[in-house]
Amino acid sequence: MKNSLGYIVGYSCLLTVVCGVVLALAAVGLKDKQDANIALEKKQNILLAAGIKAKDKVEAVATYEKQVVSYVINAEGKKIEGKKVEDVAIADEYKKPEKERLLPVYEITNAQDKSKIESVVVPVYGFGLWNNISGFVSLQADMNTIKGAKFDHVGETPGLGARIASEEIQNRYIGKKLFDGDKLMSVVMQKGEGIKYDSPYQVDGMSGATITGKGLNNMLTNYFGLYSKYLKAKKS
Amino acid sequence: MAEVLEPKVKAPSEPAFSKKNIKLLTDPLDGNNPVTVQVLGICSALAVTVQLEPALYMAAGVTFVTAFSNLFISMLKDTIPSRIRIIVQLAIVSLWVILLDQLFKAYAFEVSKKLSVFVGLIITNCIVMGRLEAYAMANKPWPSFLDGIGNGLGYGVILVCVAFVRELFGSGSLFGFKVFEAVGITYQGNGLMMLPAGACIVVGILIWIQRARNGYSEEA
Repeated sequence: MKNSLGYIVGYSCLLTVVCGVVLALAAVGLKDKQDANIALEKKQNILLAAGIKAKDKVEAVATYEKQVVSYVINAEGKKIEGKKVEDVAIADEYKKPEKERLLPVYEITNAQDKSKIESVVVPVYGFGLWNNISGFVSLQADMNTIKGAKFDHVGETPGLGARIASEEIQNRYIGKKLFDGDKLMSVVMQKGEGIKYDSPYQVDGMSGATITGKGLNNMLTNYFGLYSKYLKAKKS
Repeated sequence: MAEVLEPKVKAPSEPAFSKKNIKLLTDPLDGNNPVTVQVLGICSALAVTVQLEPALYMAAGVTFVTAFSNLFISMLKDTIPSRIRIIVQLAIVSLWVILLDQLFKAYAFEVSKKLSVFVGLIITNCIVMGRLEAYAMANKPWPSFLDGIGNGLGYGVILVCVAFVRELFGSGSLFGFKVFEAVGITYQGNGLMMLPAGACIVVGILIWIQRARNGYSEEA
């Protein structure tokens, strides 16, 4: 009887339903907590991109509250009133046509004087070899020189493409420049590794991760392009 | 293991922590270790042992999954149709693994990022399925639960040993605390220890030490 077709089908169905219900309940029950973790990580990454290392979560939140002024702009570089950065999901915006995307901006102000802007952090989003890659790039007050970068990935190969999440790779971007005069150059990771590039628009590559590197380049060119009107206006 | 020393729970036939049941917990820690003797679960032992902290969470995670999968399969064993038993086992294991993954994401976010895909891959850890087939399908729930905990801990012990060696010599720290710097020695981390190859060597040495001590040898 235990091995009859009816019993097997019934057993499988019941097992599926029970497992499904338990997992659905867990997913719904834990969602708030997980979302809070993700939001906190985002704040920490924005600060890290701007070169601010908070010693713990509490300090990170406090520094963020104190020093970060955020708003949303459109592709024309115009501020959209009434829209909060928290409501903009960069992964969803990435799917829209470029002209319609909402673009968050995070201004890092001076710890003492809130009217003084130290750097501007912009998010970047793209596709690596296996899955999406993302990050934050901070620009100095000249809106041209990179102050810091923080990249993350979903599924790049550990030890190869996944190195974009390491400080070693991210530090290579510090001091590089986006514009030559008014022309957007972006910063391009080269093929091969271990070469020192004097050009402010080139960085050393990652050996064995050429395609992730290309994804990184496309992501930066794409997003610097989207923000270029805003950055140029901000500079002058 | 404080819980073993606690007063015995009353059971009609056999005490919950009888000699036989305690053996279920302690055997996999040494003489019948799933990693060094049965050589199971090597893949994740190489992958998550760069630092001690993720290794500890992984050990706890695998113990949780083996224990509860064993318990549930043992409770269900008389109802499971033998023709689909592997699929049923997989479904139960997956259920616990996904729950664990969700819990990590909610309560140990940093660690869940470090363990990344390896939490999900507990599903494919041979120790879990191995214990279900070899033990839980033929034994009562309570001994099965203990067997799961024992084997999870046996795996965890090796994981922590490997992570100890790798973190100490790879990054010169333990739980992120810079040990060599603290005693005033400048230490250049050994890059090999950071790579899976380094873990492979450490696991190999552990297997050698343990087998030499216990006089265990593979049957010809």
